[in-house]
Amino acid sequence: MKPAVFSYLDPRTLEEALDAVGEHGDDASVLAGGQSLVPLLNMRLARPEVVVDINRVPGLDTSRVEAGAVRVGALVRAATVEKDPALADALPVLADAVRHIAHPQIRNRTTIGGNVAHADPSSELPAVLAALDGAVVLRSTAGERTVGWEEFFVSVFTTAREPEELVTEVVFPVRPDLEFRWTEFARHHGDFPVAGICCGLDVEDGVVRAARLAATGVADRPVRLREAETALTDAALGAETARAVGELARRAVDPPSDVHGSGDFRRAVLATLVRRTIETWPDRSQRGRRGAAA
Amino acid sequence: MKAETREVTISVNGQRMTRRTEVRTLLSDFLRHDLGLTGTHVGCEHGVCGACTVLVDGVPMRSCLALAVQADGRAVETVEGLAPEGELSEMQQAMRDEHGLQCGFCTPGILMSMLAAERAGVSCAEACGDVLGGHVCRCTGYQGIRAAVRRRWATLPAARGEETPA
Ligand SMILES: Cc1cc2nc3c(=O)[nH]c(=O)nc-3n(C[C@@H](O)[C@H](O)[C@H](O)COP(=O)(O)OP(=O)(O)OC[C@H]3O[C@@H](n4cnc5c(N)ncnc54)[C@H](O)[C@@H]3O)c2cc1C
Ligand code: FES
Ligand code: FES
Repeated sequence: MKPAVFSYLDPRTLEEALDAVGEHGDDASVLAGGQSLVPLLNMRLARPEVVVDINRVPGLDTSRVEAGAVRVGALVRAATVEKDPALADALPVLADAVRHIAHPQIRNRTTIGGNVAHADPSSELPAVLAALDGAVVLRSTAGERTVGWEEFFVSVFTTAREPEELVTEVVFPVRPDLEFRWTEFARHHGDFPVAGICCGLDVEDGVVRAARLAATGVADRPVRLREAETALTDAALGAETARAVGELARRAVDPPSDVHGSGDFRRAVLATLVRRTIETWPDRSQRGRRGAAA
Repeated sequence: MKAETREVTISVNGQRMTRRTEVRTLLSDFLRHDLGLTGTHVGCEHGVCGACTVLVDGVPMRSCLALAVQADGRAVETVEGLAPEGELSEMQQAMRDEHGLQCGFCTPGILMSMLAAERAGVSCAEACGDVLGGHVCRCTGYQGIRAAVRRRWATLPAARGEETPA
C-alpha cells in the first residue's frame, strides 16, 4: 500500500522543527529514520496530516562522551553507533545491542532517537537505557526537560513525550565499575527478539558486588528485574546463583501471549537468557589482579 | 485534502533527473513510476524483503521506506547503473555463474547491497551473513547466492576475500 495524503515539512533548523511540531502537535508525525514510521504510513496504520522530516536539521547527529555519560544525538544512526570508536570504548554494550537491530541496510537509517521514541516493547535500546538508568532529553518551543527511562516509557508505542516535543538526545550513563552485556533470543538474527536482557555486573573474586538487570520483550515496556538484582548482589557466580536468579526473573514478569509465542514461552526464554548470561560471566577481577602484581 | 507536490531532482546512476511528484511518493515508486526504472523491485513495502534496496549517496537503504522528496539533491544508484546495456558487472556475472538467482525478484536489491559491501571492504563472512541477511529470497535457498558472493570476493584484494564461510 501507499501512504495517505499528507503535507510535508522539512525544517532546516531546530527552531523551525520545534515550531512545526509545536504548531501541528497531534496532527503531525516526526520522520527520523523512517524504518518504523514509513511502514506504518504504507500500511495506513498511521495517517498524519503533516509529516515533519527532521533529517535536514543540523546538530542532532553527533554523540558526546562526557564524564559519567554518553549523550547520543537523536539523529545519530544505529550504523554510526556500531562504528564509533569513542562510544565502543566508553560503553561497548551500546554497539552490541545496536548490532541486533535488523540488518545493515536498516541500521543505516535507524536513528537512536527514533528507536527510543517509537518505544517498541521488544526493542533493544529501551532495555539498555533501563539497565543504565538512562534518560531522554525532550525539547519544545517552551524549553527542555530530561525524563528518566522509567517515566519515559509508558506502554506499547507510548512515551511521556508530548506531541509538541522532539527527542533531541538520549543519555546513557556510564558506570565504570560495572561491565555490561547484551544477550537476546530472536527467531532469526535481526528480528525483534522474543526476549533480551542487558546485564551489568561488578564481580570481585567470584562474588557479585553490584548488579543491574533489565529486559525487553517481556512486558509493555522495558523492565528492571530488581529482585534478581538484589539476589545477585553479594552472591557467588556459578550455576546455583544463575539458576536461582533466572527463576526470579521468570517469576517477575507476566508477558501476554501473541503470534510470536505464549507468555510462558517468553518467560522461559527470559529465565534461560538470565541463567546462561550469569553462568558464562567471566570473572575478570582475578586476571586484573594478577596483571597488576606482575 | 489535495495531494501536495514538489519538484525533486536526483542524480540517478550519474544522470540528473527532475520530476514533480507527490510528497507522499516513495523513492521506490519514484524510480519505477516517475523515472521508468523498474529494475528496483518492490516486494513488501515495509522494509523486510530487501528487494527495493538502492544506494543513496553510497549508502544502501530500503527505497520503500524513504520518500522521494528526501532524496532531493542526492545521488541514487540502482541496479540499472551496474553495467552498460548488454553487459554484466562482475558480481552479476558471478550470480549467473553460480545460479545465484531463479526468478530474479530479489536480485537487484542483493546486487546493490553487495556493491556497497564491496566498496566498504566488508569481509566475505559478513557479506554472506549480516548483509545477505537483509534480503529475502524465496527461490534459491541462498546457497547459490553465497557461492556467488564467495566467487566475487575471491577476486577482491586478499584481506577481504580470505575468510570464506561454508
Ligand atoms: C525489517 C526491520 C527490522 C527491524 N528490527 C528491529 C529490531 O530488531 N529491534 C529494534 O529495536 N528495531 C527494529 N526495527 C525498527 C528500527 O529499525 C526503527 O528504525 C526504529 O524503531 C525507529 O527509528 P527511526 O529512526 O527509523 O524512526 P522513525 O520510523 O522515523 O520514527 C518512529 C517513531 O518515532 C517518532 N520519532 C522519531 N524520531 C523522533 C524524535 N527525534 N522526536 C520525537 N519523535 C520521534 C516518529 O514520529 C515515529 O512515531 C526494525 C525495522 C525494520 C524495517
Ligand atoms: S519492498 Fe522494500 S524492503 Fe520489501
Ligand atoms: S531468485 Fe526468486 S526470490 Fe530470489
